Amino acid sequence: MAEYSEIFSKINWEAVSRKIATVSKDDVSRAIEREGRGGIDDFIALISPVASSIYIEPIACLSKHLTEKRFGKAVRLFAPLYLSNECNNICDYCGFSLGNNIARKTLTTAEILKEGGFLKKMGIDHVLLVTGESTQKVGVEYIDNAIHTLRPYFSNLSIEVQPLSSQEYSIFKRSGLHAVLVYQETYNKESYAKHHLKGKKRNFEWRLNTPDRLGQANMHKIGLGCLYGLTPDWRTDAFFAAHHMDYLQRKYWKTQYSMSFPRLRPCAGETPPAVILADRDLVQLIGAFRIFNHELEISISTRESAFLRDNLLSLGVTTMSAGSKTNPGGYGDSDSLEQFEISDDRTVNEISASLDASGYDAVWKDWDESYDKPVMHNTANDTLELKASGESLTLTS
Amino acid sequence: MTIKHLEIAQQNFKSRLFLGTGKFSSGEILSQVITSSETQLVTVAMKRANLKDDSRDSILPFIEKTGVKVLPNTSGVRDAKEAVFVAKMAREALGTNWLKLEIHPDPKYLMPDPVETLKATEELAKEGFNVLPYCHADPVLCKKLEDAGASAVMPLGSAIGSNRGLDSREFLRIIIEQATLPVIIDAGIGKPSHAAEAMEMGASAVLVNTALAVSPDPVVMAHAFKAAVEAGRLAHVAGIGSTSMTAIASSPLTSFLN
Repeated sequence: MAEYSEIFSKINWEAVSRKIATVSKDDVSRAIEREGRGGIDDFIALISPVASSIYIEPIACLSKHLTEKRFGKAVRLFAPLYLSNECNNICDYCGFSLGNNIARKTLTTAEILKEGGFLKKMGIDHVLLVTGESTQKVGVEYIDNAIHTLRPYFSNLSIEVQPLSSQEYSIFKRSGLHAVLVYQETYNKESYAKHHLKGKKRNFEWRLNTPDRLGQANMHKIGLGCLYGLTPDWRTDAFFAAHHMDYLQRKYWKTQYSMSFPRLRPCAGETPPAVILADRDLVQLIGAFRIFNHELEISISTRESAFLRDNLLSLGVTTMSAGSKTNPGGYGDSDSLEQFEISDDRTVNEISASLDASGYDAVWKDWDESYDKPVMHNTANDTLELKASGESLTLTS
Repeated sequence: MTIKHLEIAQQNFKSRLFLGTGKFSSGEILSQVITSSETQLVTVAMKRANLKDDSRDSILPFIEKTGVKVLPNTSGVRDAKEAVFVAKMAREALGTNWLKLEIHPDPKYLMPDPVETLKATEELAKEGFNVLPYCHADPVLCKKLEDAGASAVMPLGSAIGSNRGLDSREFLRIIIEQATLPVIIDAGIGKPSHAAEAMEMGASAVLVNTALAVSPDPVVMAHAFKAAVEAGRLAHVAGIGSTSMTAIASSPLTSFLN
C-alpha cells in the first residue's frame, strides 16, 4: 500500500511556494465565497500573503461561523501528563534534547497514578500522555503500562511519543488508547535535517509515514501539525500539513483528525527561531485550516498567552489544554525541567470560568470507556488509593 | 384545537419536537431551551454523560432538572458491536431501555451506516430495547428497520449540523407514505420553516439541535420551533389544498358543456 512519502516526493516545495506567493485577490475571495469547497487550491489561496493583507477579517468571520455550526458553543478541555523527559534525539529547539544537561526523570507506575490523581482532582477527564523519544527508557511496554494504569480512571487517553509501528499502535488501541499526536515539525527536508541533528528522529520518512501506520491501526484520532518557526517559509509548511491531512482523510475515512499550531518563541541564550510566526499569521492559519476542513479539531497550546487564547477561542479553536505542566511529575512537586515554557498558567477552574464568561461550555468528557470495550482486553479492575495534595483520593474503576 | 398525541413504544408525547443536547453554551441555557420548547424527549450522547462527576457534566443534570424524558444515544460508535456495548451501558446507567441508535463511522459528514444500523437494531430489539435508529432517507432501509423491530425510524433531512433543511424531501415523502411506525425527521433542520415543512409532509415529529444551540437567542428560537412544529402538524391534519402551476379561469373554459 502506497504511503504518504511516495506522494510527498512528487510535490516540489518551490513550486508550491511560488503558487502561494502568486495567489490573486480573486482566488481568495472565491475560496471564501464557496466556503473552501474548492479543496487544496482554496487552502493555497487562504494561506497566501494576499489573503493575510486584505482578507484576514472575512477569513476569521467565516472560520467562526463554520466552527460554531459544527462544534457549537463548546470547547473540549484536556491536560498533558508528562511521563518522561528521557530522549535520545538531539533537536536544537527542544528542552528534552539529549545534549541538554538537565535532570532526567521517568515516572514509575506509582508516580503515574499519583499524577493521575492530581489531574482527576482538577476535574480533567481527557489526558494526553507525553514522553521524549527513548526506546530503552520509554519503550512500547512502558507506554502500554501507562495506558493500562490510567485507563480505568479517565474517559479518554491519547499519546505523543516516538513514532511506532502499526502493530505497536494496535497493542495500545487494545489497551484503550484513543488518539496519537505526531507532528512532522516541518515538511521541509533540508530544514528538518538542520534541526534534528542526532537520533531516530532524523529519519524524515519514518516520521512522515507515521500517520499512515496509525490509519492502518484504525486509530480513532490522529493529530498533525508543524512546529512553526523551524522553517522560514511557514506558508508552504502549512500547505503540506493540509495536503497530508487531506490525503489521510480520504484514505483512512473512519479516523478523526486534529491540527495544532505550536510556534517557537525567541528564548534567551538560544538560537533564535528561523521565523517568528506573528499572531496575525496564527489567526490566518486557524482560519485557513477551518475553511479547508469544517470538521477538523483545532487545538491551541498553553504556549500561547491567556489573552491570545481567549481571543483565538471563537475563531476556530475546538480544543484547549488547561492547567498544563510540561515536566514529568509536574502536577505534584517535581521540579524537573519543562519541555517548553507555559504562557497560559491559569488553573483549570480559571480557564473554565473564562470560557463561561465568553459564552462557551467547557466540555470535560466527550468519550466513554464503554465505546472502546469491544476492542479492549480486560483492564485492571481494582481500587487505588492516591495521595493528592496531602489528601487521599480514592478512585474506583 | 387539540392535536392527537404521538405514540412511540406505548408512550404518548404531546410535543412533536424532540431535542438534541450538544453544542449549547451552558447547561443553564439547555434547561431554558427545553422549557421554552415544551419538548418531552431529549437525546444525550453517552460519551458526554459524566456519570462519575456531576459537576463536570453540563447536560444530564440539566435535563433531569426539567423532568423530561432522556433518550440516550450512541453517537461516536463506528459499528454495531460498539453500539450494542454503549446501549447496554446506557440502559444500566440511566435505567431506560429507550435508545437512539446512531452509527456513523465517517466522522466528517457523520453519515449513518445502513448495514451496521440494521444489524444493531435487530440485536437490540431482541434484547428488549426500544430502538429509534438514525438512518438515511432510504425507503427500503426504513421498511427493513421496521421489520427488525425498531420503535420508530429517524431518517435524515440532510447532513447533521448542516442546517440545510430537507435535501432528502422526495425520499422522506415515500418513507412517510409507506410507514407503519412513527417517522421522526432527524438532522439538517436548520430553521423553523424546515420543521414546519417536515410536519406538513406528515412526519410524526422532528429532532432539532444545532439550529437551537448556535442561534444567538436559543430560548426564543426554541419557542419559534415549537410554534412551527405545531403549525405544520395542524396543517397536515387539516389537509393542505393542492397547488397548481396554472391559474384557474374564473369563466371556466368548459362552461359550454353545461
